[in-house]
Amino acid sequence: MREIQEFTLDELKHLFTPQALTGETVVLNMGPQHPSTHGVLRLILELDGETVLNCVPDIGYLHTGIEKNMEAKTYQKAEVLTDRMDYMYTMGNNLVYCLAVEKLTGLKSPPRADAIRVILAELSRLQSHLLWIGTSALDLGAMSVFLYSMREREMILDLFELVSGQRMMTTFIRPGGLWRDVPAEFESALREIIKVFPKRIDEYEALLTKNPLFMSRTKGIGKLDTKTALAWDVTGPTLRATGLAHDIRKSNPYCGYDLYDFDIPTQTSGDVYGRYQVRVEEMRQSVRIVEQALDKLPYGPVRDNNRKYIPPPRSEIGVSMEALIHHFKLWTEGFNPPAGSVYTTIESPRGEMGVFLESDGSPKPYRVHYRTPSVTLLQIMPILTQGCFVADLIGIIGSIDIVLGDTDR
Amino acid sequence: MEIRSAMNELLTPAVNSICEKFNGQASEFRGDVTILVPAELVVEAATTLRDEFDFDMLSAETAVDYCPQTTPRFHIVYIFYSTKTHLYLTFRAALNGDDPNIATMETVYPNANWREREIWDLMGIKFEGHSDLRRILMPPNWEGHPLRKDYPLGYEEVQHSFNLEEIDLRKPKGVR
Amino acid sequence: MGIEQKLGNTGVVTTTLENAVNWSRTNSMWPMLFGLACCAIEMMAAQAANYDMSRFGMELMRASPRQSDLMIVAGRVSQKMAPVLRNLYDQMPDPKWVIAMGDCAACGGVYNNYAVLQGVDEIVPVDIYVAGCPPRPEGLINGVVALHNKVKGERFAKWK
Repeated sequence: MREIQEFTLDELKHLFTPQALTGETVVLNMGPQHPSTHGVLRLILELDGETVLNCVPDIGYLHTGIEKNMEAKTYQKAEVLTDRMDYMYTMGNNLVYCLAVEKLTGLKSPPRADAIRVILAELSRLQSHLLWIGTSALDLGAMSVFLYSMREREMILDLFELVSGQRMMTTFIRPGGLWRDVPAEFESALREIIKVFPKRIDEYEALLTKNPLFMSRTKGIGKLDTKTALAWDVTGPTLRATGLAHDIRKSNPYCGYDLYDFDIPTQTSGDVYGRYQVRVEEMRQSVRIVEQALDKLPYGPVRDNNRKYIPPPRSEIGVSMEALIHHFKLWTEGFNPPAGSVYTTIESPRGEMGVFLESDGSPKPYRVHYRTPSVTLLQIMPILTQGCFVADLIGIIGSIDIVLGDTDR
Repeated sequence: MEIRSAMNELLTPAVNSICEKFNGQASEFRGDVTILVPAELVVEAATTLRDEFDFDMLSAETAVDYCPQTTPRFHIVYIFYSTKTHLYLTFRAALNGDDPNIATMETVYPNANWREREIWDLMGIKFEGHSDLRRILMPPNWEGHPLRKDYPLGYEEVQHSFNLEEIDLRKPKGVR
Repeated sequence: MGIEQKLGNTGVVTTTLENAVNWSRTNSMWPMLFGLACCAIEMMAAQAANYDMSRFGMELMRASPRQSDLMIVAGRVSQKMAPVLRNLYDQMPDPKWVIAMGDCAACGGVYNNYAVLQGVDEIVPVDIYVAGCPPRPEGLINGVVALHNKVKGERFAKWK
């Protein structure tokens, strides 16, 4: 049977104070299985009574070898592996991979596909924030928010199932556009969601924002300032809560985000309460973007027409020889993009998610690296938790909104 | 995407300065500018970028293995971002195959800490001056560096009906 | 038959010992919180209000293995996590059951590589496999009901 392999305290002594080795302070393991570690995260805490002096995160308990596995599959097949990385923002993993492939190959996705991509990405962001608010409030003790937010989440997941057949890992966004067009019931289902959501977000605010228990557990905890955040490459709501209005959707827009009108919420406190406020306001902005995108949804094709990279529709294969040959080549060998490397980024609910894709002209990607935001957010844990209590630590882990699949890949 | 790739004019002073001072070679592909910098000068070049040209974030740091060729075998890729001009700039440093090592970027951009630990763990490139170089994703006593091209994928043969019993005999089974 | 006719309305029921013990074991099986990856999100969705698991007595997910009977392995098991999982399984008191939820726990799933264990049955004995990537909450509930039926069929010889 295998044994648990660990670093000994001696090997880690440069990360702790000298009192840890003599036993004056307690070195406690908050292990991979814990009710509130949001996945398999292991924290090694050095405690002086109830105060945290040092917090060393230990990751790797969910390492799946996705990057190496993608090198062994063709570009189309490798996309299936990407959804399972940041499993809270499933459409986003596909989206950033498809944007990278499109940049590499020169494909262009048509306007209708862009608008539907924006709608699905924003719904995914809503769904991630809803789960975040449910679980982080659950950690702090407010259990009813979890049940309400899961109820809303089911509405969005039903919509994903209507569109693609799968609730979470859809692989609906493909290079060149989308897999297929949305069905006729999509618009009415989406209008229902848009009608209902703003009042539901008000309900969450009514439960938490002015709640004195919630405020005293989150105000002033886990403060971060902009200078430290930029040095440590923090992006997303955590950076916006420190005061800098930086959002990739506005600064380096993709998929036509510059056609829609939305605000970037910021706060200046930089603490757990500030991040909560930023995310709740982002939920409202997401609903606003979805409504605008749905109103302006253009007609047209949903996938680019370049047959060298994109399979022809089934109806054409029966009548055209070239379509059959293209289909055969794409399914047996895959497409051959030009050699070179690209880097594309999108704004995920946690921060900047990027793909570094290098190709050598063969049908399989030569190197795929995902720049995931959860790694940088977990890296600043020791800074955020200096001198706080163990109970505050739980609130801080909840507020930075990490996903372990993202961190370990 | 057209907006992003047309920003080349603002990058030109930074690119020209780095190429002159540090003997770099710049190239452009699909709107992304890459500068191949000699491995000994990468940290200095990054300091110049941060101080003079306002590239305040190290967005990503990764490594690529070009296995059958040994000089160079690895390229370390650094991707910098500026929050003021919204531009990305990439550096590449070439390393040879036997005992690859390079100075750490941690002193210039602190978030390179975990990224370099990951490159050490998965590719086996040592970083001089790193404060805490140990394995991060694989178990501590793991042997080998998985993301190298000569490391096997490690897959298990799939069980079909013709080899069902044969693989069952080899496969470990958990007991109470 | 003889005893039941004499009892009448005294409020006593007769049954076999196996039935009584199996009934009590299935009706309040407490799962251990072992969500690893994406399947954990669907497990949480199964616990929430739409697909309620508390109608099976399972709304209380115990974090401590010493207080739980059922381990739902939800998600992919990596090389670093495998000995930890075995450790937790050993800490659970008898009687204990294991449901492997999702394709990664059942057989390695989409990932056939160095980092993912090809099925959690390489380290713990599994009673029920629930397929799906991730399985719908109804799929998990189907697995739980199948486990209940399996437990109701357990006989004296199987109890330790």
